[in-house]
Amino acid sequence: MLTDFFILLKQELVITVIIFLLLFIKLGKDRSNETILNWINLFLFINLVAGFFGSQEGILFSEMFHTNKLVVLEKNILNLAMLLISMQSYSWLKMHKHVIEFYLLLLSTLLGMFFMISSGNLLMFYLGLELSTIPLAAAANFDLDKRRSSEAAMKMIISSAFSSALLLFGISIVYGVSGTLVFSELSLHLVADPLHLFAFILLISGFAFKISAVPFHLWTADVYEGAPVAVTSYLSVVSKAAVLFVFVSVLYTVFKPLATVWYNILFVLSLATIIIGNLFALRQNNFKRFLAFSSIAQVGFILIGISGSSQAGMASVIYFILIYVFSNLAAFGVVSLVSAITGKENIDDYKAFYSTNPLLSWILTIALFSLAGVPPTAGFFGKFFLLMAGAAKGNYWLIGIAALNMVVSFYYYLRVVKAMFMDSNEEPISKLSIPILPKLALYICVIGIIVTGLLSWVYDHIFSLSSGI
Amino acid sequence: MNGIPLTHIIFLSTALFFIGMYGLFTRRNMITMLMAIELMLNSVNINFVAFNKYLYPDKLDGIFFTLFIITIAAAEAAVAIAIIINLYRSHRSIDVEDATEMKF
Repeated sequence: MLTDFFILLKQELVITVIIFLLLFIKLGKDRSNETILNWINLFLFINLVAGFFGSQEGILFSEMFHTNKLVVLEKNILNLAMLLISMQSYSWLKMHKHVIEFYLLLLSTLLGMFFMISSGNLLMFYLGLELSTIPLAAAANFDLDKRRSSEAAMKMIISSAFSSALLLFGISIVYGVSGTLVFSELSLHLVADPLHLFAFILLISGFAFKISAVPFHLWTADVYEGAPVAVTSYLSVVSKAAVLFVFVSVLYTVFKPLATVWYNILFVLSLATIIIGNLFALRQNNFKRFLAFSSIAQVGFILIGISGSSQAGMASVIYFILIYVFSNLAAFGVVSLVSAITGKENIDDYKAFYSTNPLLSWILTIALFSLAGVPPTAGFFGKFFLLMAGAAKGNYWLIGIAALNMVVSFYYYLRVVKAMFMDSNEEPISKLSIPILPKLALYICVIGIIVTGLLSWVYDHIFSLSSGI
Repeated sequence: MNGIPLTHIIFLSTALFFIGMYGLFTRRNMITMLMAIELMLNSVNINFVAFNKYLYPDKLDGIFFTLFIITIAAAEAAVAIAIIINLYRSHRSIDVEDATEMKF
């Protein structure tokens, strides 16, 4: 019984142990930032490797916490993204005063996401969600003396508090009409009458806030631009991926009785998200803001995959998120290196980047090709599976408009590539010396982008673990 | 004992929720906006307690949920106020209209 407890909770326990270790390191004698960073990256690597061993299905705390192979895989994806972000932010953190606090905040949010993914009860889900957003708002303010950083944190905490208030009101009504908070019992009580639908729409808007689907996306670009690059990449990859994982499984299991309702909602949300994300990405000049709108557009594609409501729907979403982790982090890795060393964040600054930094420009190019969905990279296969899963519903208008939007997105992704390779610049970004850890992280991302698309067993493995309606 | 019908209480909590939302949208002082959000969270608490007492008195799910909401609201307010103090140091103001460097 007790061994079961430790095996089922192992990923959460490892994170907790790392948090306590960091607290003790903080209390101990002064060490140089390099030593601390090397230790932390080693811990995170152990954490990632430990996730692959001894996974087991099971339920704990009277259905509050449940885990299975798919959940473990999702947590491993998040662990991988956390390790990559930590390695990439090496050159920024090396010069920062509060290295350990940064990791304490991010690891607490990761712990919250793990509990949220594993939750089998609305109370547990809410606690995990809050644990994953409140420290993140503090982390967005990590550059304490920058005006934009505090503005971003203020916008984030107020909008996330508002969205969780909406979510809670929905939960309270769901509790009122069904008398239970457990996921497995909830699906038996839900019917499509007005009160249920009101509660359901409140819940959906809470979710849409967190994944920044379009009517609720207004905080995204500002927070991404103002927050430090490491936090931005964490927000756009890890936090979004975790909420999407929960979103899929909640829609497919708890809200199964309302499937036609949420199909219509997702239809509207995904169209609006893709179109508006793309149109706003066209006119951006700040690189982080540009990536913010591009990630909004990517969420629109993911929503199409979810609307397929089949086994392929869930598998394609998780597969796409895995690819999205690699391609978005490759792009953010280059941006964070440039921003940490030179402080430049505008697309215009990247003109003639190729003449000084050929390696980084190639990595950024591959990442942007993958985000746009150009065939040899994995991004193409990811989007292909998403649209295929969506097309299973027979709604070819939606798929057609989404495919057209992929063409529009080529314009803004390739604009950056053109700036790097073809434009001339009086004073291009000087040659950057890349430390070993960020370089390694960038190589892993590039290998991931190329290999994940070509190895068919990755998708097959995810497909065999997922389930549809 | 059941002098007040459940509908009255739900009316109260829903009204409180939307008053809070209205306050959040119209007020421009960050502290007041936080208070508006607290109002919304408290309306959820009323909902939970009322549903628990009137409809499912044999279980305690709603009461426990309320306790957790109160705790988390306190944590959220603490972080938010820390952020606002830091914003005040750089902007010399806690009006949201003054924190508009990033747009569109």
